[in-house]
Amino acid sequence: MNDQNQQSLDTLQDIKRMMERSSRFISLSGLSGIAAGTIALIGAALARNMLNAYYQKYDDAGYSGSAFRSLKLDLLLLGMGVLVAALIISFYFTWRKARHDKQSVWNSSSKRLIINMMIPLISGGLFVLSMLGYDQWQFVAPACLIFYGLALVNASKYTLTDVRYLGIVQIILGLINTQYINLGLYFWAAGFGLMHIVYGIIMWWKYERKEQTV
Amino acid sequence: MKNPITGLNKVFDNRIRLGVMSILVVNEEVSFNDLKQMLEVTDGNLATHLLHLEENGYLKVKKGFIGKKTNTTYSVTKAGEKAFSDHIAALENMIREVK
Repeated sequence: MNDQNQQSLDTLQDIKRMMERSSRFISLSGLSGIAAGTIALIGAALARNMLNAYYQKYDDAGYSGSAFRSLKLDLLLLGMGVLVAALIISFYFTWRKARHDKQSVWNSSSKRLIINMMIPLISGGLFVLSMLGYDQWQFVAPACLIFYGLALVNASKYTLTDVRYLGIVQIILGLINTQYINLGLYFWAAGFGLMHIVYGIIMWWKYERKEQTV
Repeated sequence: MKNPITGLNKVFDNRIRLGVMSILVVNEEVSFNDLKQMLEVTDGNLATHLLHLEENGYLKVKKGFIGKKTNTTYSVTKAGEKAFSDHIAALENMIREVK
């Protein structure tokens, strides 16, 4: 009788595993989060140096001068560079984990995850670009955080549910940032840098630590 | 005492058929190739089990094309969904009654 009990339990666990594996992409690696967060922090530090250098040479031309125009361009390029580097390195760790789990990175669940994440993310990206077009740079950091948070909350339905909490934290940070609008860079560093690292460590601890020792 | 095994569905006593149903109840539509990849089975083996499920009225089959290649997708029917949830309930009952 006990045997049968164990068998039913095993079957139910099998069913649960198949359901999860087929509907969610669970190979996201915690190391991806740590790496992306580190790159974001480096990017934020570089941006701070650029800003400091600009304010040291601050002249009467102010926000309309050529120094300001080149600062804006440099920051934009830096932002794009950070985004690309973070994407590549986090993709690498996730690809490694998927290979380790004998799952393919490009399957119907990862496609669904990416599409659902991209909808808020691309909207946010275009929104931020058009704000920059109107020289409205103050709200760039909070808008990045809020749209990214929304993207994560939306994507969490198709991957580890923990992503949802990371998303909610990003949204809250973004909203608080709107009240301390001059501290955008620090909020940006906290959200994209610190939170990613914290989240990555938690995920690694929760899901990957055991696999490594086996 | 009620026999706890009565609720179990014979169709689902096979691991692959059970796997197919587990995948289909949480996904709207799944292609043959995705099923094959997720369950790690051969074409012939999977096809036999899918046919068995289809004959029991648990599956809907849709044949389509992606370019020139055939793309067959499967989804679960109302009857299939009911049979599967009854099966799970029976499994859960067994565990509860033994405790």
